[in-house]
Amino acid sequence: MDWINILIQGGLLGGFYALFAIGLSMSFGIMRLVNIAHGDLIVLAAYVGLVATWYTGLDPFSTLAIVVPVMFALGYALQRGLLNQTLSGGLLPPLLVTFGISIIIQNGLLQGFGAYDHRLQEGSIETASLHFPGGLSVGVYPLVVFAVATLAIASLQFLFYRTRLGRAFRAVSDDADTAELMGIDNLKLYALALGIAMIFTALAGVLFGIRTIFAPLSGPIRLILAFEAVIIGGLGSMWGTLVGGMVLGLAQAVGAALDPTWQILAGHLAFLAILIVRPSGLFPRTRD
Amino acid sequence: MTLLRTQNLSAFYGDFQALFGINVTVEQGETVAIIGANGAGKTTFLRAVAGAIESAPEMVVFDGQPIGDRTPHEIVRLGIAMVPEGRRLFPSLSVEENLLLGTHSERTGPWNLKRIYELFPRLYDLRHLPAPSLSGGQQQMAAVGRSLMSNPRLLLCDELSLGLAPVVIRDIYQCLGAITAEGATVVLVEQDINRALDASARFYCFQEGHLALTAPVKGFDRAAITAAYFGV
Repeated sequence: MDWINILIQGGLLGGFYALFAIGLSMSFGIMRLVNIAHGDLIVLAAYVGLVATWYTGLDPFSTLAIVVPVMFALGYALQRGLLNQTLSGGLLPPLLVTFGISIIIQNGLLQGFGAYDHRLQEGSIETASLHFPGGLSVGVYPLVVFAVATLAIASLQFLFYRTRLGRAFRAVSDDADTAELMGIDNLKLYALALGIAMIFTALAGVLFGIRTIFAPLSGPIRLILAFEAVIIGGLGSMWGTLVGGMVLGLAQAVGAALDPTWQILAGHLAFLAILIVRPSGLFPRTRD
Repeated sequence: MTLLRTQNLSAFYGDFQALFGINVTVEQGETVAIIGANGAGKTTFLRAVAGAIESAPEMVVFDGQPIGDRTPHEIVRLGIAMVPEGRRLFPSLSVEENLLLGTHSERTGPWNLKRIYELFPRLYDLRHLPAPSLSGGQQQMAAVGRSLMSNPRLLLCDELSLGLAPVVIRDIYQCLGAITAEGATVVLVEQDINRALDASARFYCFQEGHLALTAPVKGFDRAAITAAYFGV
């Protein structure tokens, strides 16, 4: 049945949105930093991947070996050199500074690459699909991305709840002043947090760049989708973020099936509906 | 040997001056009480020593080293740990995770998880519970344990007795003996004068940011302390 196919596609699309959202969720959870430039950083990662394919001849998957460390270093430096200075003055300074970074990235990319659409070409995996009895068919690539997103969230859960570093992240998130009094170097920890968040941003940028076109100004729509996934799932819950992404994906798939022009709108409507019914999201701040 | 010396220590919250030229010395191995009414500057003094309030470098000298301009995490690494007022355990961490947080100072010494559980046996059974599910007294034990895990040379205790039942306060103060026996020097800040004086050899009495009185506890007339405390 077509509807089952639509729901499966929609759910798998949630894997992309969850990848978009992980970095945003981490920087808000740990630093209380609302990163307006998050969407543009995802696009920047795609461009880093694009340039890497030009100069090395590698396929996009393999360029992750370059894109991930580059984005980690960029995140660490950005937090250490700039964003740390904005954290003591309330919510507004980081908003303004990341808004500025967003504009700089967009215009830098326009300057460097022009206003053209680009795509990363991964070859046959993009169109391959698995066929199941009953007319079900599932794209291999969305399935791979969903698996990557699940694995990413599982490894973050492990980091947060099973390691010394994760314990420090949670402590700083709870009470930054007291964490500093216990011997944690908060500013260094924040830099590490944005670095790690950017690992997932790198994944999101490259994997989505294989699925769809990107251009210098495609960051803000990515940011909105990431925000919606985080809010639907509930702030602070990583598994909630995955569910939030799936809810968005499902709503978009259903909307698109009714009328192709409704795809994006349907996602936003689902987001608004959940905000009305459960303002704090589906799984707010759970200790899962 | 002098472990901690503050020289003409002043501290500000914005334009408001909370401490006026405080001179305090703490010798290695002793227990010193800082008493005073609400707003006397006791907590500010501890926060300045711990680095949470910045001061000029030479205003706070620890083990011969000026530290007034150091950050809190650097000061913990040098061996000063604070038990903050109101305990301030991390609510999303379990009791044991709270204790382990103290190991981020990278200091070694007599205190580890096993020793903390020997000192506060009740914490062992509660170790996997979230910190907020503990009673006030148990939380205070966990907060003391967390600071001990950094193996401090100087332990700053801010209002250990705040909001606790007398029998619980007695338990916690009894453990102070075991802590000093391991070589730690202790500064106690208390509003509960008698409790603090019973545990200490010397005291400083603060009043509205100024040092009002300092003396050995033994043989000192408590009526005079009360007078300094209330500023009459």
